[in-house]
Amino acid sequence: MAELKINGKSVQVDADNDTPLLWVIRDEANLTGTKFGCGIGQCGACTVHINGEARRSCITPLEAAIGAEITTIEGLDPAADHPVQKAWRELQVPQCGYCQSGQIMTAAAALNQDPNVNDGDIDAIMTGNLCRCMTYNRIRKAVRKAADEMKGA
Amino acid sequence: MADTINLSRRGFIIGTGATGLTIGILAACSPGAGEDGETAADADPNPEVNAWVLINNDDTVVIRIARSEMGQGTLTGLAQLVAEELECDWDKVTTEYPTPGENLARDRVWRDFSTGGSRGIRGSHDYVREGGAAARMMLVQAAANRWDVPVSECSVEKGVITHGPSGNSYTYGELAAEAAKLEVPTEITLKDPSEWKIIGQPVKRLDTADKVTGKQVYGADIKLDGLLNAAIKQAPKRGGTVASFDASAAESMPGVKKVLQVGDNAVAVVADKWWQAKKALDTVQIEWQAGEGSDFSSAAFEADLDAGLTADEAYVGNQAGDVDGAFAGAAQVIEATYNAPHQNHACMEPMNATAVWTEEKCEVWCGTQNGEAALAAAAEASGLPIEQCDVYKQLLGGGFGRRGMSDFVTQAVTIAKEMPGTPIKLLWTREEDMQHGFFHPTTKARCQGALDADGNLTGLKIRLSGQSIFAGLMPQALQDGMDFLAFQGLLPSGVDPRVEDQTLKYTFPAFLAEHAMRNPPVRPGFWRGVNANQNAIYLECFMDELAHAAGRDPLEFRLAHTQDSPELAAVLQAVADKSGWGNDDGLSRGLCAFYSFGAYTAACAEVTVSDEGELKIHRIVAATDPGYAVNPQQIDAQVAGSFVYGLSAALYGEITFENGETVQKNFDTYPSMRLAAMPEVETIVMPSGGFWGGVGEPTIAVAAPAVLNAIYAATGKRIRQLPLKDQPLRDA
Repeated sequence: MAELKINGKSVQVDADNDTPLLWVIRDEANLTGTKFGCGIGQCGACTVHINGEARRSCITPLEAAIGAEITTIEGLDPAADHPVQKAWRELQVPQCGYCQSGQIMTAAAALNQDPNVNDGDIDAIMTGNLCRCMTYNRIRKAVRKAADEMKGA
Repeated sequence: MADTINLSRRGFIIGTGATGLTIGILAACSPGAGEDGETAADADPNPEVNAWVLINNDDTVVIRIARSEMGQGTLTGLAQLVAEELECDWDKVTTEYPTPGENLARDRVWRDFSTGGSRGIRGSHDYVREGGAAARMMLVQAAANRWDVPVSECSVEKGVITHGPSGNSYTYGELAAEAAKLEVPTEITLKDPSEWKIIGQPVKRLDTADKVTGKQVYGADIKLDGLLNAAIKQAPKRGGTVASFDASAAESMPGVKKVLQVGDNAVAVVADKWWQAKKALDTVQIEWQAGEGSDFSSAAFEADLDAGLTADEAYVGNQAGDVDGAFAGAAQVIEATYNAPHQNHACMEPMNATAVWTEEKCEVWCGTQNGEAALAAAAEASGLPIEQCDVYKQLLGGGFGRRGMSDFVTQAVTIAKEMPGTPIKLLWTREEDMQHGFFHPTTKARCQGALDADGNLTGLKIRLSGQSIFAGLMPQALQDGMDFLAFQGLLPSGVDPRVEDQTLKYTFPAFLAEHAMRNPPVRPGFWRGVNANQNAIYLECFMDELAHAAGRDPLEFRLAHTQDSPELAAVLQAVADKSGWGNDDGLSRGLCAFYSFGAYTAACAEVTVSDEGELKIHRIVAATDPGYAVNPQQIDAQVAGSFVYGLSAALYGEITFENGETVQKNFDTYPSMRLAAMPEVETIVMPSGGFWGGVGEPTIAVAAPAVLNAIYAATGKRIRQLPLKDQPLRDA
């Protein structure tokens, strides 16, 4: 039995230590906003924040997350109003939406650390997250918009 | 702590409810629950006005959508069609899915649930609008009855009915219950397009909010009381079956409940948690029995494809004019051979389904593009009458044609049947998803063109060689053995109304399209855009070759054959104008125009290729004329997204087989377009009106040819083999 801190709450976990954090989040904490896409850290659908850093939860073993502050899409903002989420809504980024939790978490981690990003930075930040609906151009615009809002804040 | 889904007995899924998502399914999923005779109307004080429209006391409107939302925006577009005729307040609209089981029970009142072929709107615009109009007429009649005045004295706007002479008014919510008791009118006059207020507007999607908070539930996210999780491994080789398996290690692993064979070709582990199931499955020793196709290899199949290019026997899909005469009298004959490899749909959400089976009932929760096919598959696997089965559709984490198949439903039900009363969620790994697709078929094409001394195209022959989707999936659709869909975009006009939306829009003095069917032991599938994708490459890259051989401008050369299709000429001219075709600005441009799924599309790609052969796509200008544009903003998203879906396939996509096994297993070996490589896409939505064309697929077809033609313009080297990532763009 391990204890994890997810979205500020303590969660008791009954899983082997090598269980990927993704499956702890989805099946133990029952937070299904974090998605399974590939299981090998290639698509980014499982992205969460570990101590504020964007991490692929599908290749992060449970034991590596003990004691860390884990944030999932559900805990990104208490009112679901993080500037990235707002920009995503305003620009209607999602199509099927399955990858978007991961996209948003990747963008939010980077912008929380430094919203002073140029277009090349945005491409570098986001290029690890796959989207098969190809919403990339709206993602670019939404990250830009969120960054501008956060810079002005 | 389990956030188990709240269950009601209506059997509806609220997709976009402003109050947040609830999933309605039979109570607590326990067998026998919800069978106390209570009907939806008893339980709900806000009855449906008719099959398409529910109106609540607070005037909120729920519009029922039969087609599946997979990102293409059909939920919003179809709701716009109903709302237009309903004359309701758009800001109060939400949507829900009826279930396929209810459709069956109600004599298919919602008709076709199938969501493919870019048919969501173009295939149902008439009857869904009639559904909205009928509800409006019933509401107005209810108001007129209350006031005891003629209907003609009543008007309606945004869900408020006003009696002109008295100025009295009612809201829809006040009248819904009475309206519901009236007979559904059968004589309905739809609005003239000039009167549309909601259709044609770029209203925001109805399904965005929950997709940015993690609240949106997909099939993979289903939680039910007592739910167990299953992982599955299918025979890696084509045609393989399970000979035997040893589960002794797996059975004692944590959480494991059952290890079982599923069908003749798979083994599954059921456990408390999915990771436990997956981990245990990895320890199961499975002996596979080889079958037909277990030695199949893509490399060896090349010879079969090549033989088809010159084989004596071939189906003729289109023959016009004196082809032999044109070639006999040609001043110049040009020939080229192209190929297109197998592709995987690669939906972001791996295949999955959740099922619960009892002797009385079988229920399934899944993302599906074809709810009725999923229901039929569930019934067959369950051994129960179809009336005792139902499917609760979830939003799809990508479909692209893959979720039109129901193999994962069959598997989930097969497993659930072994564990009566226990809900089982089957979720495939990405490796299973990649290896066991219904793959976009591989084909080759030999193209031959006859040019006269003045550089005019006098005859064109396209010999296709390769796999037939119909032969693999639905042989009953073959016509005397021929797969007419193999000729998508090359078919003659005015011959068969069922394929009029997939015809050749160029006019050639002489034209021959043939198909030598060569079917590998690989199950084919309808992959977004289907056969239009490669046929557009063959036709439109070769048109480019012919233009250059004739010494003519590729735009002018194409326009010379659009005399019978002003729409095709218009989209082509539009992209040429917008992109600055003919500009001498250091960019190389390539054109393409194609007609498929009832829509006219064209693209101009602007590229540079470095001396080292590195491609940069600077901008794509893509135009579409889908006839009527229901939601220009969503069309814009679909055109850009589908273009790049096609471009991604041309650049990177290739599935190959060795010794019967799929070589590519995950996104590391089946790469896809990433954000950093995404070109700027400018879309031109130019609805000319008067017809209903598709949107989700047609633009895919023009992606690869435009880019390939632009590469030629940059390098003088013709690329005829895909994917591009394996091709040197410049000769060393």
